[in-house]
Amino acid sequence: MPPTSQTNHNVHTRWVRLAHWILTLSFVTLAFTGAVILMAHPRLYWGETGNDLTPALIELPISRNYKHGGWDETVAFFQDAASPVTANRTYDIFNKNGWGRSLHFLSAWFLVAIGVIYLLAGVVTGHFLRNIVPHPSDLKASSVWQDLRDHLHMRIREATGGPQYGLLQKCSYFAVLFLLLPLIVLSGLAMSPAITAGYPILLRVFTGYQSARTIHFFAFVLLMLFLLVHVAMVVKSGFVRQMRGMTVGVRDEK
Amino acid sequence: MKNNELITRRKILMAGLTSAGGLLLSGCAKKLPPTYGNILRMGDAFTYAAHQALLPGQSLVKEYSHKDICSFPATGTTNPCDPNKPQPNEEYAKLQKNNFADWRLSIEGLVARPGSFSLSDLKGLPARTQITRHVCEEGWSAIAEWNGVPLSRVLDAAGLLPNARFVNFYSYDDWADGIDMLDALHPQTILAYGMNGRDLSIPHGAPVRLRVERQLGYKSMKYLQRIVVNEHFDDGGNKGNIQNGWAWYVGI
Repeated sequence: MPPTSQTNHNVHTRWVRLAHWILTLSFVTLAFTGAVILMAHPRLYWGETGNDLTPALIELPISRNYKHGGWDETVAFFQDAASPVTANRTYDIFNKNGWGRSLHFLSAWFLVAIGVIYLLAGVVTGHFLRNIVPHPSDLKASSVWQDLRDHLHMRIREATGGPQYGLLQKCSYFAVLFLLLPLIVLSGLAMSPAITAGYPILLRVFTGYQSARTIHFFAFVLLMLFLLVHVAMVVKSGFVRQMRGMTVGVRDEK
Repeated sequence: MKNNELITRRKILMAGLTSAGGLLLSGCAKKLPPTYGNILRMGDAFTYAAHQALLPGQSLVKEYSHKDICSFPATGTTNPCDPNKPQPNEEYAKLQKNNFADWRLSIEGLVARPGSFSLSDLKGLPARTQITRHVCEEGWSAIAEWNGVPLSRVLDAAGLLPNARFVNFYSYDDWADGIDMLDALHPQTILAYGMNGRDLSIPHGAPVRLRVERQLGYKSMKYLQRIVVNEHFDDGGNKGNIQNGWAWYVGI
């Protein structure tokens, strides 16, 4: 659609640029500290519970805690053969959660606070409707297919340095802003014992603490994939102009 | 002109932030744990303040049924008098030999009747049984049945003084930690002497451990020795979480 005013709509507005970089910094810190936290217990489960004495859904080969054997012999809690057990851990695990967790939550405050402001501003200023939400009439199978084929053949349009996005680009921004980021925040909150005491619906929605943790991890994987593709596209479509557009916000006039 | 405008705007913003910070500090100075200028501890304190402000009061954590009980690892200290450890606790070894018949839990500080409770004293008080989920900061979780006396009963028996604000705990494995009065008086905060229908085993904190269900596992201290009621925040010194690089409040 044609921009209504040359100066306002061709460049990223100041609040979008500021939010972009604060969110980027908090996301990168969250991803890094999230990996540190995961290394303390690199096993994923489904449901409410899961630990080294119960079977895992996925065991990630990261950190020395992967399949460590440091356990005393198991002792049953009850008389029956299927009784749950306990065992003493004798292994000194890798655990940097002291600073890892605190830094994770500090960064999360920035993600949530700036994210909420960004979402409100995006609705109020019309930024989302104008630039992010794909227009229903554009969402034809043929246009999606065309844009997909262009991407697969690495036919990447040269960047304008402003919010003039392609169809797939709009779709991926839409998915990140309205699906993945809310999902990763909510599944994170569902892991908090204090918050789920107040709002037990979070546990019901995610079917349990460990399910929320597993969903949190896969949302992280998808967001990292997005980050990789996003950076690759920025480089491919004209790195200097894109960076200038998202920092000082001045369009490179030809 | 543009520059002046920018500075003014920035000034307004900064003034707003400073006054908001000032309000927060003056309003909650006594309630918040110390940060020692550490930005991570500031984040922890902010999370604590936000939970106090935003979460509904004394809501209970979910309780499960007997069939949900699952396997439960024992981590951290699994025996305070383990001869293979650098400093085995001799006093605990003696208590253990006598099956904790001589164990006493002392309660001191801001209480009308300082003194101590034996295991049978605690078992004589009205009990509570709860099947709850233990969440370790490492990422694992397990459900167990805990049997014990609500901490509020013990504090009542000792007689809390009006200025009591925090409850600190000291353990036989040389650890010190504390909780605020909201958690101390929470109905599910218990001094547990039973686990899954049996006496609490040594790996899980015998004879008595704390259960603080709205926080992560490491707040539920094992091997309790002493309780001290304070008016001001006490971080437990070099035996406490903060000085060892861990958050004091772990509701998240």
